[in-house]
Amino acid sequence: MRPPFQPHNLVLHIAAKMLIPPILMFALYVLFHGETGPGGGFQAGVIFAAAFVLYALVFGIGLARAVATEQVLRILASLGMLLYVGVGLASLFAGANFLDYDVLAQERLEGQHLGIFLTELSIGMTVTAVMMIIFFAFAERGVRR
Amino acid sequence: MAVIRLRNLFAVVMLFGIYSFLTASLFVTLDAVDVAFTEAAVGAGISTFLMLSTLALTVRREKVRRKRNVIPLLVVTTIGATLVYGTFDMPYFNDPSAPLHGHVARHYIEASAEEVGVPNLVTAVLVSYRGYDTLGEVTVIFTAGIGVLALLGYRKRRGKS
Repeated sequence: MRPPFQPHNLVLHIAAKMLIPPILMFALYVLFHGETGPGGGFQAGVIFAAAFVLYALVFGIGLARAVATEQVLRILASLGMLLYVGVGLASLFAGANFLDYDVLAQERLEGQHLGIFLTELSIGMTVTAVMMIIFFAFAERGVRR
Repeated sequence: MAVIRLRNLFAVVMLFGIYSFLTASLFVTLDAVDVAFTEAAVGAGISTFLMLSTLALTVRREKVRRKRNVIPLLVVTTIGATLVYGTFDMPYFNDPSAPLHGHVARHYIEASAEEVGVPNLVTAVLVSYRGYDTLGEVTVIFTAGIGVLALLGYRKRRGKS
């Protein structure tokens, strides 16, 4: 295995350093702007994961693993699922159907906004985490050989 | 065609990536920008990488088989012909009287501004009206992650013990 930080390609390093923050920002924009513009949780999740994939490809898997450890990713994926189901259960306990966001706030439309925001967030979390889990599972298998 | 003829799998993977980007731009021209995002990120980015890492684990060249297999070609041709035959019955593109537009789509388009209050109709349908389906989709992705972890993810622990 190559040592984690070895600038074997300077151009690639600089380009990736300049590109990754805008990609992450764009992913967040797609996530939280999904109500008005195109996009949503799935799209934001894969874009966010793609930024991490780029980072891991350029700077080495070891450095990427320092942020996104197996534990963090597993918790993130499960938390996304739990949040989604939790929103559903919350509306169930508030006296409406499962995943009916009308009752989540005082105003009906506010409830819809809150519900959509939370579910999009949970979708984004799960999709990001699972994409990165799959990526790392493949990549690290290659490294260990 | 090049994908079928090429024996070098590395080139095949690259061609698939280019194909994904072309498909993404096709989605943009069809005004489906969100689908184009996904296609570009997953189809061209992540899945290309997964293919490449699989190549790194296995071999780079396809095994050349001398024997020709006729049955798979026959099956594929039959299914393809059936599917093309099925498209003859489909309504024309942009036909307002198509059955797709008659059912709940009209209600979604007319009432979602009042009922959901979100400018993006896709989000309204996906997360609010069809929230249950979307929960299922997220569950599928989650299950896929668990599956990959179960198959590939336990290398480290086994190495230590």
